[in-house]
Amino acid sequence: MAADKAEMDVLKKECDGLRTQIEAARKGVNDGNMSSAAGSATDVGRVQLKLRKSLKGHLAKIYSMHWASDSRSMVSASQDGKLLVWDTHTGNKLVAVPLKSAWVMSVAFAPSGNLVASGGLDNMCTVYNIKAASPKTLRELDAHTGYLSCCRFLSDTEIMTASGDTTCCLWDLETGKQKIIFTNHIGDCMSLALSPDENTFISGACDSLAKLWDLREGTCKQTFSGHTSDINAIQFFPNGNAFVTGSDDCSCKMYDLRSDQEVITYQDASLNAGVTSLTLSNSGRLIFAGYDDFNCHIWDSLKGEKVGVLSGHDNRVSCTGVPADGMGVCTGSWDSFLKLWN
Amino acid sequence: MPVINMDDLTDKDKALMAVNQLKTEIKLERWLTSKCCEEIKAYIQAGEEEDILFKGIAEDKNPFKEKGGCVIF
Repeated sequence: MAADKAEMDVLKKECDGLRTQIEAARKGVNDGNMSSAAGSATDVGRVQLKLRKSLKGHLAKIYSMHWASDSRSMVSASQDGKLLVWDTHTGNKLVAVPLKSAWVMSVAFAPSGNLVASGGLDNMCTVYNIKAASPKTLRELDAHTGYLSCCRFLSDTEIMTASGDTTCCLWDLETGKQKIIFTNHIGDCMSLALSPDENTFISGACDSLAKLWDLREGTCKQTFSGHTSDINAIQFFPNGNAFVTGSDDCSCKMYDLRSDQEVITYQDASLNAGVTSLTLSNSGRLIFAGYDDFNCHIWDSLKGEKVGVLSGHDNRVSCTGVPADGMGVCTGSWDSFLKLWN
Repeated sequence: MPVINMDDLTDKDKALMAVNQLKTEIKLERWLTSKCCEEIKAYIQAGEEEDILFKGIAEDKNPFKEKGGCVIF
């Protein structure tokens, strides 16, 4: 027993030493953060977006939404036990997918538009073909030992999942089996995002860390700290060299990959609600972050200032998304509504 | 591919995993933050004009606009 403890102490000391060296290396390249670079950029001014549509149809809390690549269709998931596919230009519902388990936490649209996937407290990711005459279950991906918090398609044959069992996983949809398991977080994984070139992905977890992974090698390349509570949301900055996180510590942060550190924090003393979701406008200038305070607050990503708010939901904003063409922003809420703004 | 169940790992396994991960991460060549931030700013400024949410959109071009209204015969 004493030998075990001695071994653990040695390892812990080694960890501490390595961490100190990494922090020193980061400090060594920190010659200015985003605020200093942003000084000369024009002010955004007040961003006032209008509510264009309220999509009514779900009967319980909405937990997740995802735009299709056509920037017109969108899928939403509610704990009323349904996935709804919407035509956002008309407001019509196109497809309703009944779920075996109502406890859904995440939904995703495949780039092809043929498939959607969802999962949650059933620990599974179920993939549906929505182009069939009636929605058909294609695969049930069952291997995680914790809830499914997030899923994202790479194509009709591969999907990524993040789970409360602390791992992320790449699945082969043709076999229904796991291809690669990404293990390194020590807390529930809450969110993942694919890089624009799909060679890497980032994950945010309840260990308050964000990690960058090599999608094909299965290795963790970089780890980013700074948040003091669960990271619930994570999105790449459009050029793939930075990413933004949202946390229960009520702040959002932008991290840069090549300098391996945080470059700006988005927080406000008056905002005491956790961040549940986030999305960026196409240029990356605006960050739309959904909070527990029923609002989606808009941040100027360069100057770190709050520049607007999307108010109208009667409960927590649980999900947000901007389509590929950048035409608008969608918010989904526990109040059972989805709202479209621009 | 073997399933690694975090619950099956001993504290020592986890500590070893942490040490090995840090040994990998320490090797990274890091860029100056000023250069990285300038690049981010440049990317944003190049895309701002086409960013609808930043610039706004004309009513008649807005795909999400509520249809309907009065038709006068």
